[in-house]
Amino acid sequence: MIQVKRRNSFYRIITLCAAFLLTFSTSIFAQVDAAAGDAAAGEALFKANCAACHKLYKPATGPALYGVVEKYDEDYEWLAKWIRNSQELIAAGDSRAVATWEENGKKIMNSFEGLSDADISNILAYTQTEKPEPVVVDAAQDGQGGGGAGVSNNVILGILAVVFLLLVAILFLVNNTLKRFAQAQNIELHQEPKGRPIWKAFVENQFLVLVTVILLMLGGAYFAYGAMMSVDVNQGYAPIQPIHYSHRIHAGSNEIECKYCHSSARVSKHSGIPSLNICMNCHKSIAEVAPEVQAEGVEYGVDYNKEIQKLYAAVGWDEATQSYTGETSPVEWVRIHNLPDFAYFNHSQHVSVAEIECQKCHGPVEEMEIMYQHAPLTMGWCINCHRETNVKIQGNPYYEKIHAELSKKYGVEQLTAAQMGGLECGKCHY
Amino acid sequence: MKNSLKITAILTVLLAIVSCQSNERKPGYQYMPNMYESVPYDTYGEYEIFEPVTGGSEAMKPAEGSVMRGWLPYEIDDNREGYDFAKANLTNPIPYTEENFEKGKALYDIYCAICHGSKGNGQGTLVEREKILGVPAYNDAGRAITAGSVYHVMYYGINSMGSYASQMSEKELWQVDHYVMSLKAKLDGEEPAAFVEEVQVAETAAMQDMDAGEAQEGIDHQEEAHSTDH
Repeated sequence: MIQVKRRNSFYRIITLCAAFLLTFSTSIFAQVDAAAGDAAAGEALFKANCAACHKLYKPATGPALYGVVEKYDEDYEWLAKWIRNSQELIAAGDSRAVATWEENGKKIMNSFEGLSDADISNILAYTQTEKPEPVVVDAAQDGQGGGGAGVSNNVILGILAVVFLLLVAILFLVNNTLKRFAQAQNIELHQEPKGRPIWKAFVENQFLVLVTVILLMLGGAYFAYGAMMSVDVNQGYAPIQPIHYSHRIHAGSNEIECKYCHSSARVSKHSGIPSLNICMNCHKSIAEVAPEVQAEGVEYGVDYNKEIQKLYAAVGWDEATQSYTGETSPVEWVRIHNLPDFAYFNHSQHVSVAEIECQKCHGPVEEMEIMYQHAPLTMGWCINCHRETNVKIQGNPYYEKIHAELSKKYGVEQLTAAQMGGLECGKCHY
Repeated sequence: MKNSLKITAILTVLLAIVSCQSNERKPGYQYMPNMYESVPYDTYGEYEIFEPVTGGSEAMKPAEGSVMRGWLPYEIDDNREGYDFAKANLTNPIPYTEENFEKGKALYDIYCAICHGSKGNGQGTLVEREKILGVPAYNDAGRAITAGSVYHVMYYGINSMGSYASQMSEKELWQVDHYVMSLKAKLDGEEPAAFVEEVQVAETAAMQDMDAGEAQEGIDHQEEAHSTDH
């Protein structure tokens, strides 16, 4: 009995051992190995998990990961441990882990316990992807003309003008030489008999003179009126800014809210020019534009990557060390929309209270490669809108009482801004 | 000789016409500039007096140590210990009312959704267009965000994310915080929390201070409005 029992327990131990081995065999025999990994699957994983801090070929919050496998001598086991929980490895006193940590400014990497061996193999396979050749947009071709359509047109026009002048000069010289020949050989040049000059005929015809004077006066009045009405109306004003900032890319293609950058429009009289820290919210990660965006830039004669570098120079961002140098220089943006001092305008009143779309006054900003003033910003234009726009009273108890009283007085359902006092001089001029 | 004179005259006229492009690069003329330009320093104006400080621009950073209206000093440091401390201890001082939730949502859609996605799953427009990558979902287990850590990160920024303290006020950040935590609950498949009634909870001292600050700001707005009266 006892022997049997023992034999039984012996077998049990054997089975247990076998089961034990089998359960852990996956971890013993399966390996993290970049060579076995699938780079395409790794790319998706990399973008979802790692790309918040790592880029392949450039340092970001964490170091660049291209060639990381070679850097750590293909020690996949160690790499997997580091990825799953680097802090544990550091705390355990692993010398390589501590060195890596210190090398990268003691930044703490999130732990990724959820990644399987296959996932890590795939990611590591992806880190071995060679850097793709930069897409060369036919920049050389377009660049020869001076970089932009406007400039190259001017150059062509200039060359044409020079050629034209040369032709005139040559004709003049040839004419002179021929005349000299004629004189030398005593040939009589045929001279046109002089008739009545045309201006004399014109002056003598009084009717024609009258008509001309009237036409000139009308034309003059037309242009004078236009010139005077355009005094301090800067519709279409599109100055060249120190950094070529494309609203078309930011607000259009990328659908960034206007108020993301112009946040003070919500709460202040002014819709401020965003400070550079707001640019860096995104451009800390985006140091280069996508090749297709760069290709679009050629059309406008802009190198967007160079413009991002201008931002980095102004804000003092060192791309290599991913830190601020502290050397900043202000960007001198040119203000486009400007009301004279005698007119009061408050952005928050229009943006937050009335909830008017920015585009209503600023036009299709999301299509503007170069920002320009869309509206004339004249008093007539303001008043027109006040006459047409109803006061937004929903969810605003401030207007309840006055709206009830005034709408009764005017006998209307909905008051316009004008009926609420939006035409009173003192509202804007005081 | 007469011919050449005529030709030159025609050329001059042609050149004059060609050079008459619409001049959109330069501002137009002003009539009586002293009525157009303000006596006080204009926003973003350029003045000699500021030259030693900013090189001329009126726009300046506030003096060191100044605290903005509507803000209380935030005393937790911008480092790992500070983050851990905020994550464990900081709680949202404003009540979870429907109003705060709605305002938080509106602000979230402006400032956060562009990367974090309108559902908080890390799939905003910029991520979908592969401009910014690796934005985690709010229910990411490794990060395990709390109301405190969310506020801390919005205040200082973390890794690739910048600070949002210059775009929103303290109260607005907490409103967004409420909304973020509600998104996280939704992603975790939890029931949405019930709103607190408006005046049910006595507002904390911090909250009253925030409101007082904003009222003060309102008064100042009016003053600013009057100061343009010249």
